[in-house]
Amino acid sequence: MTPANGRFKLILTLILALLLTVLPVPEPLDSFRPDWVLLVLGYWCMALPYRVSIGYAWITGLTLDLLLGAPLGIHSLALSIVVYIIVMNHRLIRNISLWQQALIVGFLVMLNKLIIFWAEKLLFDISITPMYLWSILTTMLIWPWIFLILRKIRRQFAIR
Amino acid sequence: MKPIFATSTSLQLRLFLAVIASLSLIVFDSKFDSFSNVRIYLNTAVSPLIYVADIPSEMLKGVSNTVVSRRDLRKKVAEQKDKLFIQQVQLLEFKHLKQENKRLRALLNSPVHSDQRKLVAEIITVNSDPFSLQVVINKGATDGVYIGQPILNEQGVVGQIVDVAATYSRVLLISDISHGIPVRVQRNDIRAIANGSGELNGLNLPYVPHSTDIQVGDVLVTSGLGGVFPEGYPVATISEFNYQIGQPYAQVEAKPVVALERIRYVLLVWDDEAKTTDTTPDETNKEKAL
Repeated sequence: MTPANGRFKLILTLILALLLTVLPVPEPLDSFRPDWVLLVLGYWCMALPYRVSIGYAWITGLTLDLLLGAPLGIHSLALSIVVYIIVMNHRLIRNISLWQQALIVGFLVMLNKLIIFWAEKLLFDISITPMYLWSILTTMLIWPWIFLILRKIRRQFAIR
Repeated sequence: MKPIFATSTSLQLRLFLAVIASLSLIVFDSKFDSFSNVRIYLNTAVSPLIYVADIPSEMLKGVSNTVVSRRDLRKKVAEQKDKLFIQQVQLLEFKHLKQENKRLRALLNSPVHSDQRKLVAEIITVNSDPFSLQVVINKGATDGVYIGQPILNEQGVVGQIVDVAATYSRVLLISDISHGIPVRVQRNDIRAIANGSGELNGLNLPYVPHSTDIQVGDVLVTSGLGGVFPEGYPVATISEFNYQIGQPYAQVEAKPVVALERIRYVLLVWDDEAKTTDTTPDETNKEKAL
């Protein structure tokens, strides 16, 4: 088994998640957009914590900053911290039911969003709206399906 | 079997490094201008993703362009013809006025306004950072776009360039919370600064004394003082002027003249005068030094 086993497919799923994040949607739906990057990155960190961890999170976060035009480093900071929590507790997260996992994912998305908000708050005088937090709910609801799809991909292509 | 304990300690180290790297990036990116060159290359590297994300809305646009009824198109063409005719006539007058203005300015020994290079750009619809008001346009460093370049449309001022890649760039709208634009009231030349409110259709004017002669409905135009925006373009109209006793300044709010939620085409302007004004202070300094 080579260390590069399935790396291309793994990165492809991350790129797909980044694309879904910048894809334009009608204005009213925009605040319900799930945190695709955190879903996909979170799955890989939980399934393959020795391969995908803070390095991947940092690079993905930086790409996200560039794509969204945010101050560089904000998403990398938030994703690195969230991924650290996932990797430290990957055994626990693996062994609980999908709906319990969804609750944890909801907590992590909230943490991610709050870190981004705090970091931007230090730079600009912004304020938070309740709409900003709606996507936590949609991310939680979509987690079980993302989990099943990515697990199928992982088993199909034997990504370890 | 991989060593578990060794990994978990190095994980903390990696987190530490990632946090330090992110924090220093945040500071460098927002405080130092020199970093913008690096950003051009990084932006260019991720530009394929921007273009792929724009494909669905481009396709939708294509579909909506194809399924237009013949009658609607005819009506539109007729309307455009009328509009063009009226504007051509107005242009005749404009040319005459321009000539006259040039001559008068020459008489007054004021610098003559030169024609600026202009380029039309189209908005690329991609999702942006929820905390800032930005749009992405389809012209970049290869077209000569630079950071701080003013962006206008047919109604007035839209914003300025904050981020450049090879083939696209990012426009910060005038109503973004971090944006400020020097303006003057068209009616009586009172100068002020219009800051973005963070809401798409709101600006506010800080530090305006309550006795200032500003009324609701006054048009604000660019004053040209900041050196970024050319002089005389409409920015906003005053929507509210409040003064509460005990407050040091009046509360003044304005609404941008451009419908910022509906822009599709914008105009990039190259300020030829910028170069000459940039060099003059240096020259005068040199003269003084000599």
